[in-house]
Amino acid sequence: MSKSDPNAPRRLAIIASKGTLDWAYPPMILASAGAAMGWDVAIFHTFYGLPLLLKELQAEVSPLGNPAMPMKMPFGPDGFQKIDWPIPIAMMAAPGFNALATNLMKQLFKNKGVASIPELRAMCVEAGVNMIACQMTMSVFGFQKEDFIPECTVGGAGMFLDYAADADVQLFI
Amino acid sequence: MTTLQEDKLIDCSGMLCPVPVIKTSKAIKEIQIGQVLKMISTDPGAPPDMEAWARQTGNELLDSHQESGKFIFYFRRVK
Repeated sequence: MSKSDPNAPRRLAIIASKGTLDWAYPPMILASAGAAMGWDVAIFHTFYGLPLLLKELQAEVSPLGNPAMPMKMPFGPDGFQKIDWPIPIAMMAAPGFNALATNLMKQLFKNKGVASIPELRAMCVEAGVNMIACQMTMSVFGFQKEDFIPECTVGGAGMFLDYAADADVQLFI
Repeated sequence: MTTLQEDKLIDCSGMLCPVPVIKTSKAIKEIQIGQVLKMISTDPGAPPDMEAWARQTGNELLDSHQESGKFIFYFRRVK
């Protein structure tokens, strides 16, 4: 996998280590943008970033323990949408609050013209981004290759570092 | 005012980063080398992104301007 050819395209190596809906965005956006710029791109999905490869994406977001997350409504007049709602911590722990916050974030992003995570992931796959599933994480959490999108490959730290050693940009997300 | 004539037009209005970059990279592959692609965007982040995209891919940004609140780009496919 060494980049010995001086005319080879630029290379971007990303580690996706988080799997909540908010943190699913940065690796998918950067990978798809890199591929669109003609770069060679790989995302190493490890720990909580691994479920981002599941055929059925389940990424959710919680404002609990996420104090910088703005709580904005995706509907209503402009002034209403700008309000950052102060949600008491106790309410964030209520059953169904994750689902509510997740739906609000999905709707907000959609209304603003941001692609969804399944759409961005499809764009990555179509553009040839190498989506690597971490074998160790698969073994620990009991995932099988068949649980993931068929385009992904399976590898470990050695495989990723071999790729990243010759990358122009390396990111841990 | 420019008199550029495009061979292909894509409208990315209402779409935010990174979709305009992705759609532009796809569309440029659908025209011949030397032909011109026009892209329309409402994303305020598009001007610096599209300049960077042209620099990185080696395609030529012929013109970029604002027209009634929209960002208009003309690219010539170089490779």
